[in-house]
Amino acid sequence: MRMTVNLLPAGLALLLATAAGAQAIPEPSATPDSLLLLSDSLAAAASAQVAEALPEVRPAVLTSIADVPNDAGDHLSVSFEPSPDSASVLAYLILRRTPGAPDSLGGQWTIVKHVPLGDPTTDVIDGYDPDFLVESGVSYEYRIDVLTTDGRQIEGASVSPVAVASGEWFHTEKLKVLVGCVLFISLIFFYFKRALSGHQLYLRPIPGIDAIDEAIGRATEMGKPILYVPGLSSIEDVATIASLTILGRVAKKVAQYQTPLRVPNRDPIVFTVAEEAVKQAYLEAGRPDSYEANSVFFVTDSQFAYVAAVNGLMIREKPATNFYLGMFWAESLLLAETGSLSGAIQIAGTDAITQLPFFITTCDYTLIGEELYAASAYLGREPKQVGAVKGQDACKGIVMTFVTIGILLCIIDLVTGSYADPSKSLLAKLQGLIDVTSLE
Amino acid sequence: MIALVGGVIMIIQYFVPHRISQDVFNYYTSWGPIVATFALILGVGSVTRVHMYKIRMKSTNWAYSLAVILPMFLMPVFALLPGSLLGGTDGPGFFDFMYSRVQIPIQATMFSMLAFYIASAAFRAFRAKSLLATVLLVAAVFVMLAQVPIGDLAGRWLPNTGQWILRFPNLAAKRAIELGVGFGMLATSLKIIFGVERGWLGGAGE
Repeated sequence: MRMTVNLLPAGLALLLATAAGAQAIPEPSATPDSLLLLSDSLAAAASAQVAEALPEVRPAVLTSIADVPNDAGDHLSVSFEPSPDSASVLAYLILRRTPGAPDSLGGQWTIVKHVPLGDPTTDVIDGYDPDFLVESGVSYEYRIDVLTTDGRQIEGASVSPVAVASGEWFHTEKLKVLVGCVLFISLIFFYFKRALSGHQLYLRPIPGIDAIDEAIGRATEMGKPILYVPGLSSIEDVATIASLTILGRVAKKVAQYQTPLRVPNRDPIVFTVAEEAVKQAYLEAGRPDSYEANSVFFVTDSQFAYVAAVNGLMIREKPATNFYLGMFWAESLLLAETGSLSGAIQIAGTDAITQLPFFITTCDYTLIGEELYAASAYLGREPKQVGAVKGQDACKGIVMTFVTIGILLCIIDLVTGSYADPSKSLLAKLQGLIDVTSLE
Repeated sequence: MIALVGGVIMIIQYFVPHRISQDVFNYYTSWGPIVATFALILGVGSVTRVHMYKIRMKSTNWAYSLAVILPMFLMPVFALLPGSLLGGTDGPGFFDFMYSRVQIPIQATMFSMLAFYIASAAFRAFRAKSLLATVLLVAAVFVMLAQVPIGDLAGRWLPNTGQWILRFPNLAAKRAIELGVGFGMLATSLKIIFGVERGWLGGAGE
């Protein structure tokens, strides 16, 4: 809903009256008679001497009030034209009230925002301040007062008709995202179906995943434990979920080989899920009795205390194989370097770009970014899992096509000289079509 | 079924800005801290069980387990003590002392070791044993010199080359990885929502 209200500046008599009224916010009356009385009484109060001494400051003009689109109905946009006498203005005060409501429920004028001197803003969004929330379906009136450099508050005119904020059922700016999501989800489901119908889908080999069996075998031969670090993030992180999925598959192989497993956890929820995953994997491997109750354990939620504990474990127990799969921060190198010094074979995987160089440097194999998410499909080879990976690849193919088109359009823009002019630039047109970076 | 319903609701919620949609989202997410609080009890139980077992069995290095168990249970006790009892009315209490004078320095010590580990890891990474390792070494030298004032002494071309490496080849690779991660997350989320991936609920997903 959009509503524009044109307003006239307040009368000169009222301005002069307000000039004498110091800081108090006078309550403008609704009836013309009482307005006249108020003007007369306040004008009388303002002595002619004061009026002559103080410069005249014309009020700001409230130009429009509109409901902010694509919100929950909790914001209103207020636009105004600043006072022409800007040299005498210290700030603009945005006042709000609910007409007809009792004073305790917002019926009286309240300052909800202010635009200080030097701020060029003339379009203000009301509703962000938790003390003065805008409620959906409630009528509001606004007024813009001018606070002058000599301390006067020049009152603006009240607004009629009132504005009402309302929530929308679809975020129109997210239409591009919706189209993209539908496209990508459809592609993934298409490949699900294709895989289920018996099509052989090729997956390129990933050395890090192929090495998992070898690493477990090595630990078994050496009679040493396997250390599995499921990252330091919480269960909300998709990388952690991917890691726990891989843990289940690794634990199943570990159970078959009867190799000791150590899974230290930083997050209590991840710990409970990891414990269940390992228990279930032992059960599926037909060796529930081999499961050690203390193989999956919680350490601490403190980052560096966790590192100290895991490094201590590496030094004391000297695991033959270390897995670092999940989300990592500054602890990545501390863990991986200690593991490297202990002589373990190390397989890492993370989607944290800043930590990847550390893992690549210190580990034998590193799953880079998306490979972490694909690992589960590689290990299981179930048709739907493989289909999801192929769908993912198809999505990347579409993006790569757009990137290639973008490069070509950029070259054309450079050749034709329209690069600097957004209205003529072909690349700018493509960006306008697919760009969603303006969203939160 | 819960994952399916919850996942679909969250997908729809992203596109609906209405108050009802926001309330549903807030209602769902408000469960997170509650679940985390109860899970923490399980976590503390796990730590206690593991280390008490080592102490009881007198396993190798069992004394370390004592160093875990004692502070873990003593710190809450210190927090319950009135500040005036051990720290005086003006100074911090014993809990604050243990936290700021013991725990924080220990953590800082662990973090500071990172500098030494970076040095040793860099030494290993920068050995020019192959063509790719040599390219890495040369790129690293340019980027590092571009970050320090001494790089300017050789001329502007050196920092400019370093910046070019960061802004073009490096950024392109970074974005490619981010793109793959984004699609990986999307596919994994869909697999979870539609029940294709159930390994995270326990077991190997079969």
